[in-house]
Amino acid sequence: MLEINNLHVKLEEEDKVILRGVDLKIKAGEVHAIMGPNGSGKSTLSYVLSGRDGYEVTDGSATLDGEELLEMEPEERAAAGLFLAFQYPVEIPGVGNMTFLRTAVNAQRKARGEEELSAGDFLKVVREKAKTLKIDAEMLKRPVNVGFSGGEKKRNEILQMAMLEPKMCVLDETDSGLDVDAMKLVAEGVNALRDAGRSFLVITHYQRLLDHIKPDVVHIMSAGRIIKTGGPELALEVENNGYADILAEVK
Amino acid sequence: MSVAQVKQDALAARIADLSFAEKGWLAAPRRAALDRLSAVGLPGKRDEYWRYTDPAALNAPAAAPAALFDPGDEPQVFDQIDRVKLVFVDGVFDAAASDDPRLSGVEIERLTEVATRDSHWASGLYGALEARGQNPVSRPQAILNTAFATDGVLIRVTGQAKKPVSLIYKQGSTTSDVILHHCIQLEAGAELTLLENGAAAARLNTVMEVEVDDGARFHHIRGQGRAHERQAVTHIFARLGKESSFKSFTLSANGRLTRNECVIEMTGENAVAHVAGAAVGDGDFHHDDTVFLTHGAPGCESRQVFKKVLKNGATGVFQGKILVKQVAQKTDGYQISQSLLLDDDSQFLAKPELEIYADDVKCSHGSTSGAIDETALFYLQSRGVPKSIAQSLLVLAFLAEAISEIEDAEIAEDIRTRLESWLERHER
Repeated sequence: MLEINNLHVKLEEEDKVILRGVDLKIKAGEVHAIMGPNGSGKSTLSYVLSGRDGYEVTDGSATLDGEELLEMEPEERAAAGLFLAFQYPVEIPGVGNMTFLRTAVNAQRKARGEEELSAGDFLKVVREKAKTLKIDAEMLKRPVNVGFSGGEKKRNEILQMAMLEPKMCVLDETDSGLDVDAMKLVAEGVNALRDAGRSFLVITHYQRLLDHIKPDVVHIMSAGRIIKTGGPELALEVENNGYADILAEVK
Repeated sequence: MSVAQVKQDALAARIADLSFAEKGWLAAPRRAALDRLSAVGLPGKRDEYWRYTDPAALNAPAAAPAALFDPGDEPQVFDQIDRVKLVFVDGVFDAAASDDPRLSGVEIERLTEVATRDSHWASGLYGALEARGQNPVSRPQAILNTAFATDGVLIRVTGQAKKPVSLIYKQGSTTSDVILHHCIQLEAGAELTLLENGAAAARLNTVMEVEVDDGARFHHIRGQGRAHERQAVTHIFARLGKESSFKSFTLSANGRLTRNECVIEMTGENAVAHVAGAAVGDGDFHHDDTVFLTHGAPGCESRQVFKKVLKNGATGVFQGKILVKQVAQKTDGYQISQSLLLDDDSQFLAKPELEIYADDVKCSHGSTSGAIDETALFYLQSRGVPKSIAQSLLVLAFLAEAISEIEDAEIAEDIRTRLESWLERHER
C-alpha cells in the first residue's frame, strides 16, 4: 500500500534537515504506529506525505499503490486515497461544515471519474455517519471547526475520513487534547473503518491510544529515522521505560 | 493656472454638451444645482476626498469606450426574484421590456414623464438631500447629476410594497454616457425593497435620494454590472426619521472604475442604517466605497461592512466616516472594512474616520488587509478539493459577512449563488 524509501526532507526556509532516510512499508489492511520523542520528525512525515508547502524533499520516494505521491498536488494525493487526520484541525470561518464535506466528497468522486453525489444522497450518508460519531446536526451546520471543542474537532476529522473512504489513513496525534471518553469515541470511529483494503499509520506519543486502536507494527522514530520496529509490545516498553533505553540500545 | 481654474475648466468642458429644459417644477432645483456646481467645479485629484481615486475619467467630456459584456447563458442577478421590472437601456426607458408599474401602496413615475408639470411631490426632495450632503465635503459629481440627469424614477411609498421594484440597467452602446436621478419617498410606516442591477452604460452617474419617514423601512440591493470596462460614480443620499430603517448592499464584480458614495443622516431617534458591500476585482479594477454616516439623534444604530477581494493589480478603496453629533447619545456605530489580497500586485487603501461629540456612545471600527489563509487552503486541498475551488470557497467565506447584511434570505441566497457561479466561471 504505502512504501517510503530513504526519505530525506529539509525545511524550505531554513537549512534544517528533519527526515534523514525514512524507510517504511505498510501492507493493505495493516495498522502501523509511529512513536517517538518530540522533534523526531513524526508530524513532518505526515505533512510531507500529504503535500504541505514548506518542505523540500532532497532524496527518496513515497508511493501509494505504486504511484509516486511526492510529485502530486495535495488534492491529487487525496483523490489517490491518502487521508491525513490533522493534529490541529483548521478552523475555516464562513465555510459551512456540510458545504465543505460535500465539496470534498464530490471533488474526489469527480477526480476518480465517478458521478457526484446528489444533495439528498449525500445528506443521508453524512447524517448516518455523523450519528455514530455523536456529531449532531447543529455541528454539521456550523462553519468548519469554528467553536468546536478539541474532542469535536477530532471527531470531525474522523467523520471526514469516514465520508471520503480513503485507503491510506494517516492519523497525526489524534489522541492529543482528548479525554478518555473522547479518545474511545474517536478510536471506535477509526476501528469501524478498519478493513482488509485500508491501512492506517497512527502517529502518537502515548501507548493509551494503541490500547484502543491495536497496531500490527510499531515503529520508533528518532532524529528523522525509524530506529526500531517491533510488535505492539514495543509500545508498552516505551510506556514503561520511556525512550532512553531504546535510544541507548540503538546507539 | 490655479487649482480652482483647472476645476472650472474641467467643468466647462464636461457640461458643454449637456443641457436641461427651463420649464416645470424641475427647472428650479436644476438651476440651483448648476449654480452650486459652478461654485465648486469638478473634483481634482489633489482633493483630499479624491486622494485614492483619480476622478479624471469621471470628469472627462466624453465617456471612454467600454466593451459590452456578454453573459452568455449566465442567469442575471435577481432573475429568480418576483419583482416589478423597470428596464433602462443606455439610460433610456424601455417600456416594452418593463412591467406594468402599478403596485399597491407604491406610486412609480419617471422623471421625464412629469418633469414639465408645474408641481410634483418630488420637488421637495429632488436635489434637496443631495444639497444637504455637500457638507462638510463637496460631491460635485452628484451636483452635476442633479443639474443634468436625463431620467430616473420617482417612487412614493405609502404602504407595504408586496414585491420589490427592480431597476435593470442595460448597456446598449460602447460609448454611452448616462446620468440618472432617482427620488424615493417612504412615508411613515411604509416599506420598500429596491433592486438595481446592470452595467447601464460605458459611464454611469447615478444619484438616489431617499427620504425614510418615521417607522418606514427601505431595503436596497444592488448588483453593479459585470462589464469589464464600465465606469460608474454613484451617490445615495438618505435621511432617516424616527425608528426607521435603511439597509443597502452592493455587489460589484468587474468594472474599470467604480466610486460608490453613500451619505446617510439619521435625524430621528432609534433609526437604523446599514451599508454593506462585497467587491471582487481582477486586473484593471478600481473600486472605491466612500461612506459618510451622521448620527444626528439619540439611540441610532449604524453598521458598515465592506469586503473586497483583489487580484492581478486591482485596487480597492474605502473611506468611511461616522459623525456622532452631541445630541446623539447612546449611539451604536460599527464599521469594518477588509480586503483579501490574492497577490502582491493588488492594493487596498482604507481611511476609517470617527468624529464623536457625544459622550455616551459605542463606536467600533476596524480595517484589515490580508492574504488567503494558506493553512485553510492546504486543509481543503488535503481533503481533495482542487486549489482553485478551495480558493473560491475561502473567497466566498470572506465575503459572507457582507452578504449576510441582506435581510431578505431569498435575495441573499440569490446574490451568493450568482457570486459562486461567477467565481466558478472565472476558473475555467
